[in-house]
Amino acid sequence: MSSTTDTNLESAGLEATDRKGALLDPALRNDFPIFGTEIAGGLPLVFLDSAASTQRPAAVIDAISHVYQHDYANVHRGIHTLSERSTELYEQAREKVRAFIGAERAHEVLFTQGTTGSINCIARSWGDANLHAGDEILLTVMEHHSNLVPWQQTAKRTGARLRHLPLTGDGQLDLETLDGLLSERTRLVAFTAVSNVLGTINPVAEMVHRAHAAGAVVLVDAAQSVPHMRTDVRQWNADFVAFSGHKMLGPSGVGVLYGKESLLDAMPPFLGGGSMIDQVRLDGFTPAELPAKFEAGTPPIVPAIGMSAAIDYLNRIGIDSIGTHEQALTRYAYEQMQAIDGLRILGPTPEHRAGLVSFAFEQVHAHEFAQVLNDRFGIAVRAGHHCTQPLHAQLGITASTRASFYLYNTLEEVDQLIEGIRTVQAMFAPQGRKRRKRRP
Amino acid sequence: MANEEDLYQEHILDHYEDPFHRGHLAAATHAHEDKNPLCGDVIRIELKLDDQGLIEDLWFSGDGCVISQASASMLLEELQGKTAREAMQFSAEDMLKLYGPRLTPNRQKCCLLSWRVLQSAIHSPVSESAGTGSSA
Repeated sequence: MSSTTDTNLESAGLEATDRKGALLDPALRNDFPIFGTEIAGGLPLVFLDSAASTQRPAAVIDAISHVYQHDYANVHRGIHTLSERSTELYEQAREKVRAFIGAERAHEVLFTQGTTGSINCIARSWGDANLHAGDEILLTVMEHHSNLVPWQQTAKRTGARLRHLPLTGDGQLDLETLDGLLSERTRLVAFTAVSNVLGTINPVAEMVHRAHAAGAVVLVDAAQSVPHMRTDVRQWNADFVAFSGHKMLGPSGVGVLYGKESLLDAMPPFLGGGSMIDQVRLDGFTPAELPAKFEAGTPPIVPAIGMSAAIDYLNRIGIDSIGTHEQALTRYAYEQMQAIDGLRILGPTPEHRAGLVSFAFEQVHAHEFAQVLNDRFGIAVRAGHHCTQPLHAQLGITASTRASFYLYNTLEEVDQLIEGIRTVQAMFAPQGRKRRKRRP
Repeated sequence: MANEEDLYQEHILDHYEDPFHRGHLAAATHAHEDKNPLCGDVIRIELKLDDQGLIEDLWFSGDGCVISQASASMLLEELQGKTAREAMQFSAEDMLKLYGPRLTPNRQKCCLLSWRVLQSAIHSPVSESAGTGSSA
């Protein structure tokens, strides 16, 4: 794909060689069978919706298929061969995740249904046990609904009060207000590492440090960061970290809740059922040790094994190289979009932003962008509020269009996106059309 | 499935740019407003029913995509001068047919927003103080 130099690099004012040096070998696209799929009328797929859910390499699809064909049984139950094999693969997946996020102990890694499942577990278990009337939970206005609604429910149950860290004008968290919002009443600070709409990369370690200084426990929603940048939960010093498998080349139906051992040990179990018990009598139970204590019922066995294969793949490419690749694409997209009249880019400049760009255009609704980009260009983008209605309200809009990038995207695809945006703008520009009057 | 050329036929864009009765109805006897939770598109419909149940006048306002706004214009144009009974009998299927191009399930929600709002509006009398001014 030497044609990268034929794109609008020069007009972007940056050296083509620098940009190319930052990019991954586009041959890796061949690892992803989905790119053989044609969209509307035979167009090749341009997938710019990885922030919602990524595609999977053959290595992950094959790993899933292999388990079902050769190794599958329920885990932690039988003494037969398949149960032992399944259990071993499942526990290897836990170890794989531990190493990937820099956790100290494998049993601090709990498999859940996803980021939403992880956050709800904290809200129900830690929240109900530790929050009381008058306590405060500090969130931010850029949170996904999955890090707002569980806390609204918790506040209702416990009488705790919700507070929200505001944004600066360019869509970063206004950290100057942080110390004023923190107090001895603040029991929990929960925030996203990367905004799924603005792309803003938040200074996690600094925020954790300041929250801890106020005596608060910290939960980090890392759904948008773990797939794209190196994660070290001990460097963050976060108490809880939540993320999902399907946003990092893995299957849907599995996520991770990382928690510090001392906190998880002190928390009551959330879901009750099989696996999470040590002893059960007719009148009560004693919970199992970590991690089983928080994995009631049959866990997402194969999704976890698939997620483990995804981590192998990400490690093979290199998470730092992936981050650099996305940075180059994002910077290029941002610069091209800036040149489009009337287009409002949401969020900060590229140096503060992860691999996505959301935009709004006053005269054209996000739906029109998503529809025409798909039907005429084969481009998949997200249109709507992206599960952040309060953030969109703050921005004074009801919907936006989001293009998000991952390791398999290319500069040519960004060019197609830009051409698509210009086409949509022209299509829906006011033209003095007149409705034909109906006969009375 | 229809491609975007069909979805955005000229007569639909005409309704979008030059809508039928976009604005408010000072003399409204009935009104309702709702959203499409998926995307935040919003439609408000205000109408005046006479003693015989005839729709004397009806206006819409709102914000959203071409399909949600153009379909509202088409629906109101269709029902102006009809009876409330006829409006209630106008089914979701009739609405999709009136719009024309075949829509995917998600876009059908955009198209049916105004239809849903109208069905509720017929059963939602406004209080004495509501509704002032009339503008496009």
